Amino acid sequence: MSASDQPSLYTAREPIFPKKVSGRFRNLKWVILIVTLGVYYITPWIRWDRGPALPDQAVLVDMANRRFFFFWIEIWPHEFYFVAGLLIMAGLGLFLFTSALGRVWCGYTCPQTVWTDLFILVERWIEGDRNARIRLLRQDWDMRKARLRATKWAAWLAIAVATGGAWVFYFADAPTLLVDLFTGQAASVAYMTIAVLTATTFIFGGMMREQVCVYMCPWPRIQAAMMDEDTITVAYRDWRGEPRGKHRKAHKDAGDVESLGDCIDCNACVNVCPMGIDIRDGQQLECITCALCIDACDEMMAKIGKPRGLIDYIALTDEQNERQGNPKVPVWKHIFRLRTMMYTFLWAAIGVGLVVALFIRPDLSVTVAPVRNPVYVTMSDGTIRNTYDVRLRNKHGEDRYFALSVASEHPVALSNEGVDGAEVLVPADSTKLQRVYLMAAPGSQPANSEATDLYIWVEDIESGEKVAKETVFNGKGQ
Amino acid sequence: MSKKTDANEVPTTGHSWDGIEEYDNPMPRWWLIVFYLCIIWGLGYTVFYPAWPMVNSATSGILGWSTRGQVADEIDAQLTANAAVTEKLATVELASIAENPELNQFAVNSGAAVFRTWCSQCHGSGAAGAVGFPNLLDDSWLWGGSLEEIHYTITNGIRNEVSEDAHYSEMPAFGDILEESEIVQVVNYVMSLSGDPQDAEAAAAGATIFEEQCTACHAEDGTGDKYQGAPNLTDAIWLYGGDYDTLLETVTYSRFGVMPPWKDEVGGRLSEAQVRAVAVYVHQLGGGQ
Repeated sequence: MSASDQPSLYTAREPIFPKKVSGRFRNLKWVILIVTLGVYYITPWIRWDRGPALPDQAVLVDMANRRFFFFWIEIWPHEFYFVAGLLIMAGLGLFLFTSALGRVWCGYTCPQTVWTDLFILVERWIEGDRNARIRLLRQDWDMRKARLRATKWAAWLAIAVATGGAWVFYFADAPTLLVDLFTGQAASVAYMTIAVLTATTFIFGGMMREQVCVYMCPWPRIQAAMMDEDTITVAYRDWRGEPRGKHRKAHKDAGDVESLGDCIDCNACVNVCPMGIDIRDGQQLECITCALCIDACDEMMAKIGKPRGLIDYIALTDEQNERQGNPKVPVWKHIFRLRTMMYTFLWAAIGVGLVVALFIRPDLSVTVAPVRNPVYVTMSDGTIRNTYDVRLRNKHGEDRYFALSVASEHPVALSNEGVDGAEVLVPADSTKLQRVYLMAAPGSQPANSEATDLYIWVEDIESGEKVAKETVFNGKGQ
Repeated sequence: MSKKTDANEVPTTGHSWDGIEEYDNPMPRWWLIVFYLCIIWGLGYTVFYPAWPMVNSATSGILGWSTRGQVADEIDAQLTANAAVTEKLATVELASIAENPELNQFAVNSGAAVFRTWCSQCHGSGAAGAVGFPNLLDDSWLWGGSLEEIHYTITNGIRNEVSEDAHYSEMPAFGDILEESEIVQVVNYVMSLSGDPQDAEAAAAGATIFEEQCTACHAEDGTGDKYQGAPNLTDAIWLYGGDYDTLLETVTYSRFGVMPPWKDEVGGRLSEAQVRAVAVYVHQLGGGQ
């Protein structure tokens, strides 16, 4: 084999120029694009009044104070399992949609797809549709080409900055941060985050596009393992379309028009494909099932007076049935099967569990940690004293008093370090670590025994809510 | 991905597993570019940051950055940020610290750090002490348990030769003064002060010896004297142990516990703010008076 026969180890990206298309799936994609981008950009600006002690931003990840605010819900760090639960639900949701509808996430809602769609839209507005863009690429540089390119890149950059900018608003008070960003007062991490997200948005949406899906993203590989013969994907009805042919008139004149299939080989499906593939080659790893080829083909079939659906959403079982002339399986039978119902059940069970947990979570949250260094202290009169670190969380918007008491079979006295009496003040929306002493008289049962189980009770004076924490009193063990 | 008009144009790797063959697609060129960028970045890194190992140490990089230097910078930044409150802690009336919650919290937290660094070797990380080293959690104080007294003790220390103002007292070794039988009697008497003596008869005889030899420091009722660092012998707390054998040893040979002075001006290692911080910390451990 000579050197020239060796295929290249590396190839440059082939530019792709998706042609404008209209149709039902394109319209659906526009709606999803507007809704998802709208949610992303607008959410940090929604206000939600929580009183003077708390931020009034509806959705806020407050890293400094370790709080997550979501409208009426406030998540504390010890309740992080809610976030874990939501992530599990998101995972199961993806499993469900993939097994039922294939790569529908990739085709419609993935940020890479949505932003790429937006970037292609901008590109088309500025440089024109497919053919104009191909001409522009091939022509030599002149003023017009430079102007168009500069305009396009400026528009992309504006979108990219807005995208990175919107992200940081989720982590701080948005109106304040916006002013700070422009006056140079914001934290350097905010500027760095915006810079990184601006660069990734610009490069992924403008330059890399399908390369991200094909070479960088792990999700397509995982999805491939989740599809089965009932999964609905985009496919070409080759039994109806083949043999394809352009020159129908010539065939007609020759009298053998019947020998050609419905496909007129117009390449409309290839021209609109954002991944640059030909769906007629069958299912392939690049396909994100965005269904734009379906729209393009339907439009063409309408023009030539053939029924729609030469390229369509169909499952593998449909293909086998149609080839053998068997009756069609209704769509709902593809979607409602044991596997998808199990995913749905699991997804819903976790969702219900989280909602229940959210409603029954106590407003009063206390942890009691016995101090074990040392386990007990002997006082001068022989009293045995144990120390406990009691963490009191006040989840309310105003200061609250908590009354501490001890419940034990044998008398044990309680006192609070630095506090007169049993009532401890905890400021609004904060945690107080209170050191609590329990004392057993010399010679008493708890003082002399190895360990005595008892309860520390905490009562919210205002609401009357009470909670008991079981703990242990260590004695001399005689 | 390149537009493949026909997938069969791409050669396969030549292997076949159960009839499945693998296309030998070329890799994307940007992978190669990213690879070269990583190499350039790596070379640049070794110029700017410590990297190449040499005989004695590594190259330091033209930025002069090091993890040690970063820690030093962070400590400096923290000290600068705390300068005002530290100054305040060192100069206000000692008694007024407790009235300012913010200052008090700063003293407790920084005092805890000072304690773990300089005090825990003898007094334990939990301040529970050890044999010969007082427990700082209880309500018994050899030299007084008020904030002022604790502050003085930490400043000057006990029985050291560094600070002129160190607490000083010396218990005689009664092995040189009393007969062995007399020591046994006085030990029994001391045991009777806080509980049961080993020998009630000897304890009764020891009362006279105690009155003659011990009351000057330990007081007539045995409750001790904080101005001489003489322990209270009637309570449940023993620095070296309250059993017969230990007391016999203590009375015969005496004890001489030493604590260094900590204030920098009298030869110690800590600033006034640090001494005050650790005093406030110890005072709020549960036994402060």
